[in-house]
Amino acid sequence: MSKKAGTKELSPIDIYKLLPKTNCKECGQENCMAFATKIVNREITIDQCPPLFKKENEKNYLKLKELLKPPVKEVVVGVGDKAKKLGGKLVMYRHEFTYFNPTAIALDVTDEMPEQEIVSRVKRTENFSYEYIGYTLKLDMIAVRCTSGDAEKFKAAVKKVAETTTLPLILCTLDASVAEAGLMATPKANPLLYAATTENWKDMAELALMYKCPLVVSAPNDLNKLVSLVKTLITYGVTELVLDPGTFMNEGLSDTINNFTMLRRAACKGGEELAGFPLMGVPMVAWVDKGDAADEIVKWKEAYMASMLVVRYADVVVMHGTDGWSLLPTAVLRQNIYTDPRKPVAVAPGLKVFGTPDQNSPVFFTSNFALTYYTVASDIESAKLNAYLIVVETEGSAIDSGVAGRKLTAERVADAIKASGVESKVKHRKIIIPGKASRISGEIEELSGWKVQVGPRDSSEIPKYLVEKWQP
Amino acid sequence: MTPLPHHDKKTEDSGLALSKELLDALAKFKEIELEDFELIAPELELIWEPGVAGQMMPKLKIPGLMAKPTALLQAAFMPPIQTYPGKIAEVKLGGTKGEGGTRGKSQIVGGETSPAFYTFESPLAHPPTITLDVFDMEVPLSKAVKMHVKEVIGDPAAWAKLAVEKFGADMVTVHLISIDPLLKDATPKDAVKTVEEVLQAVDVPLVIGGCGDPVKDANVFAEIAETFKGERFLLSSITQDMDVERCAKFAKKNGHAVLSFTPMDLNLARELNRRLYDFLAPEDIVMDLTTAALGYGLDYAFTNMERARIAGLMGDNELAHPMSSGTTNAWAAREAWLKMSAEWEPRELRGPLWEVTTALTLLLAGVDLFMMMHPAAVKTLKDVTNKLVSGSKADPSKYANWVSVKA
Ligand code: SF4
Repeated sequence: MSKKAGTKELSPIDIYKLLPKTNCKECGQENCMAFATKIVNREITIDQCPPLFKKENEKNYLKLKELLKPPVKEVVVGVGDKAKKLGGKLVMYRHEFTYFNPTAIALDVTDEMPEQEIVSRVKRTENFSYEYIGYTLKLDMIAVRCTSGDAEKFKAAVKKVAETTTLPLILCTLDASVAEAGLMATPKANPLLYAATTENWKDMAELALMYKCPLVVSAPNDLNKLVSLVKTLITYGVTELVLDPGTFMNEGLSDTINNFTMLRRAACKGGEELAGFPLMGVPMVAWVDKGDAADEIVKWKEAYMASMLVVRYADVVVMHGTDGWSLLPTAVLRQNIYTDPRKPVAVAPGLKVFGTPDQNSPVFFTSNFALTYYTVASDIESAKLNAYLIVVETEGSAIDSGVAGRKLTAERVADAIKASGVESKVKHRKIIIPGKASRISGEIEELSGWKVQVGPRDSSEIPKYLVEKWQP
Repeated sequence: MTPLPHHDKKTEDSGLALSKELLDALAKFKEIELEDFELIAPELELIWEPGVAGQMMPKLKIPGLMAKPTALLQAAFMPPIQTYPGKIAEVKLGGTKGEGGTRGKSQIVGGETSPAFYTFESPLAHPPTITLDVFDMEVPLSKAVKMHVKEVIGDPAAWAKLAVEKFGADMVTVHLISIDPLLKDATPKDAVKTVEEVLQAVDVPLVIGGCGDPVKDANVFAEIAETFKGERFLLSSITQDMDVERCAKFAKKNGHAVLSFTPMDLNLARELNRRLYDFLAPEDIVMDLTTAALGYGLDYAFTNMERARIAGLMGDNELAHPMSSGTTNAWAAREAWLKMSAEWEPRELRGPLWEVTTALTLLLAGVDLFMMMHPAAVKTLKDVTNKLVSGSKADPSKYANWVSVKA
């Protein structure tokens, strides 16, 4: 029977059978089988096999398209290089396959904010940037909300935002005439229109068709209505949809998590096409019942709601708080959840050279847990130090858990120093060890014969430490 | 419900919305076998006229594909309910007075019959339990944590009291750091004394934490297990490189439970659990698959735990144990404690939010027992789990107007 991308049994053979099988190498691969393997791993797309476009291969091409179609549709918002792909998920669980298209994070502005506040919030969103083990974490979109109820005001606000940024927009209003004013302000920007409801769906559908933009379908806590709307809109001709089952704080938390989970399971495991669209979460509902609560409390709630939604299948989230402390955990979590789970936990042990060290340069060691290694390496690199770093085999354990779990032992450190050949590269015999390995410092001295200097507990302090404590 | 075909463009006059691609394909390929066709458009409802297939274009009857609908088309969402052959073991912690211990009440962890918080499928057996860390000597603590416990550092009994009475801990973990041969090398008798003091101070169940030295931990656990027979401690932890047989025996003999700890590898977890089964029942074993901090390996921890939980429910008994998380590890991330530039401050909020984010991520992977540190993180996790188990109570009218809220 037919297989689909979401069911992970898709094998290279399934793909191979449908390829031209000429091994012509036009795709840049050695042969069709190699191409099929890359397809299954989603490293390339079938459009990279030119012979597939020949007339006689059309049938197979269409079969391949269907076979590879993700159970959650990919919907594009915005234009140009900042355009954002939402959804496109192949699987429900991360261990089944990589999640594609990290949850887009949108911050909001309203049409009643003074112009300079709009501009400063947009700039803040655009300039949010955090360097994290070789990645730059960014925010993705601006949601413009109509709080005035006035079409002209909304139009002016959308115009201002569109002038200020090329980030994709979400136009938020349930009033179609207001929405139209917003679309007129930025007719070619392919914004995400929020939202079609059981009340306004016809007018919103017309707008989505006229402006060729994607449309959010909103049916708060009513999945029957939600799929009814989806069915109706698809029949109407609107196919680029995003689903909003509602985000509820407090007593509504359970329903929120259940709705997101059910929709994604229905799409990925049940083949339910009406559920097979990107999902929108709205952590900013935390601001709706703010009451007398301090802003910090609301930001805190909004932040943890966003993180739970990132874990439970949201493809786009709308937030209001702009503080770094509250946005950073969600941004880092998103990066974590969307990394390729096939990425190894460990890096190869051995000697790593930074800058142009000489025989007086410092020698450090760290564990071979990938994240520990990349953190230390990026700290040494960004401080432009000349140094040797010995990566000790710890079976992928970090320093503290390695020491506790006997994966990082003095024996292993001593062996690693020997094997690294660093003895012929430096004159001194001093090794700077991670502060978190201080417990085994005595044993390391004994077994390696090197003098141990206990370094900082965190590698960000290495540059300062060298200035204060390092003498060859 | 009737699934609909995908379509991008409408043909001009008929109002029939059907993919041009598909129509072209149908016109072009005159021979269409049922199987092939299903591959192209698996959800199309086709009416086949006997004898016609294989000649010309099949006749299509596609219900619902009319001109633009004028009223809402009804569809029903079928909740995707699944059943599972497996069940997560229930482990009871803390012996009450009637059971040979002195605890006011026990805590039960585990017992799930569905993945974490799939409450549309089955209710949660037991809400997650939170145990707070108490150390028996001074350890490096981040500023955000220290400010809440500075009066009780070095006094585990007072610390435990604070954790239970003020921070709402369900349990307390007594970390016997001082027994480390490379630190104070305190004796098993010293450790017994510390535990005794904590038992006097609070009446919640206890986790007994070692120092990580496999020989010393076993010796200390043995002494504590015997001295406090019937208290049903959770001995944290039993690892591959300990004398597993000896530990399992003294736990069983004195009625304690064990935490089976392995470094992020499900095969190792299965292996250690198998070794424990020779002496202990599944109801005596909680497992710790290793918690890494948000930003520093949480992705591995999350996926490992989610996999383990699903495997357990699918019938892999060796993984069908309640899971514990050393969520305090969140503080190993520098972003949790480091003073950063002004735009990321204050760290007094960033730090505990780091712990909360780590905890909630793992909550959704299936963790049953959280070992935690910061009072605000503990409070948030409690709030969230209470809300998550309280059932279907969303009030859409309350939040649906977020678009127009003047925040
Ligand atoms: S271009 Fe297509 S036909 Fe040629 S080798 Fe690659 S996959 Fe095979």
